[in-house]
Amino acid sequence: MSSPILFVIVGKNEPLFEAEIDTYTGTTGGNDLSTRQNYFVLHSALDLVEKSAWTTNSMYLRVVDKVNHQQVSTFLTAGNIKFMLLHGGKGEEVVRSFFNEVYGYYVKLSMNPFYKYDTPITSLAFENRVRAAARSYLS
Amino acid sequence: MSRAAASNILDRPLGRSGGRGGSSSEGSAVSLSAFAYVYSELVQYHQGRAASISELERRLESAGYGVGLKVLELVAYRTKETKRETRLMSILHFVSSSVWKALFGKSADSLERSIDHADEFMIVDYEPITSTFVSVPPDLGQLSADAYVSGIIAGVLDGAGFSARVTAHSVNVEEGEYAKPQGGNVVTGLPARKDKAVFLVKFSQEVLARDAALER
Repeated sequence: MSSPILFVIVGKNEPLFEAEIDTYTGTTGGNDLSTRQNYFVLHSALDLVEKSAWTTNSMYLRVVDKVNHQQVSTFLTAGNIKFMLLHGGKGEEVVRSFFNEVYGYYVKLSMNPFYKYDTPITSLAFENRVRAAARSYLS
Repeated sequence: MSRAAASNILDRPLGRSGGRGGSSSEGSAVSLSAFAYVYSELVQYHQGRAASISELERRLESAGYGVGLKVLELVAYRTKETKRETRLMSILHFVSSSVWKALFGKSADSLERSIDHADEFMIVDYEPITSTFVSVPPDLGQLSADAYVSGIIAGVLDGAGFSARVTAHSVNVEEGEYAKPQGGNVVTGLPARKDKAVFLVKFSQEVLARDAALER
């Protein structure tokens, strides 16, 4: 059974993007209960992220929380937008490469004059690329 | 008019470490006159809708704010892809050198700390392009057309988590303060300016408290 991977982009006040990725099929999946639980775990890790955000000046914050057998890894952009990944123990290097690729897409998206900073991301193209990156790095 | 397969913006290269997708020899340079025309239209647009000097300045500042947020992400991505700024002095250096270079092609002329107030800093630019072609009529008094740039600075600082109030001021240049050939501005051919733009950055209390806590 594959543990689905949950990827959330959180802005200053609210989540901007959410994708639950089942790496075997690359589509959304999973039953409701575990999905809700996963979101809860990710959001509770936000406090830990805030705490460690100011102590380091690197963007990649590694694993900030471990719950059961799942880990939360975080990446912070220059504008303090948090990319958070809930996964079942993927290697650091692959997670870091995934974050870097999504970071590139995020910066390109923010170059769009019609995208306002810190607002939900609705671009389908962005979502497709994030899923493709997850498929290539995290499966 | 046909267009070759419109590429999604997510596929276009962003350029790294100073190399950009522009075609001019310097990288992506936009002509100064094009910028000056667009900027003058922007100022006129807002002037027609603002009732007072401070409202006009506020409008210019909010126009620049959005630019600042995006410039922060872009410049950080291009220059140091894995580090963000967490300290006050380093974010100020980032603004006065990297951001200024990306926007204006040169570093800001100086970064100073105010003696009277611990929370105030000044970024000085002797020839800001936003006011090079602007002459302020007497009835607009203290207006600084560089309010757009102070909006950009405020956007960069806010995005990085250092909320600050940034204002633009025109200050007279002292004799001998600034070594430029007597012929005036080489690029535009205008006579040397008598005033420089000083951007006053006043950080909020919580930013200073957090920075002081990090010091330890």
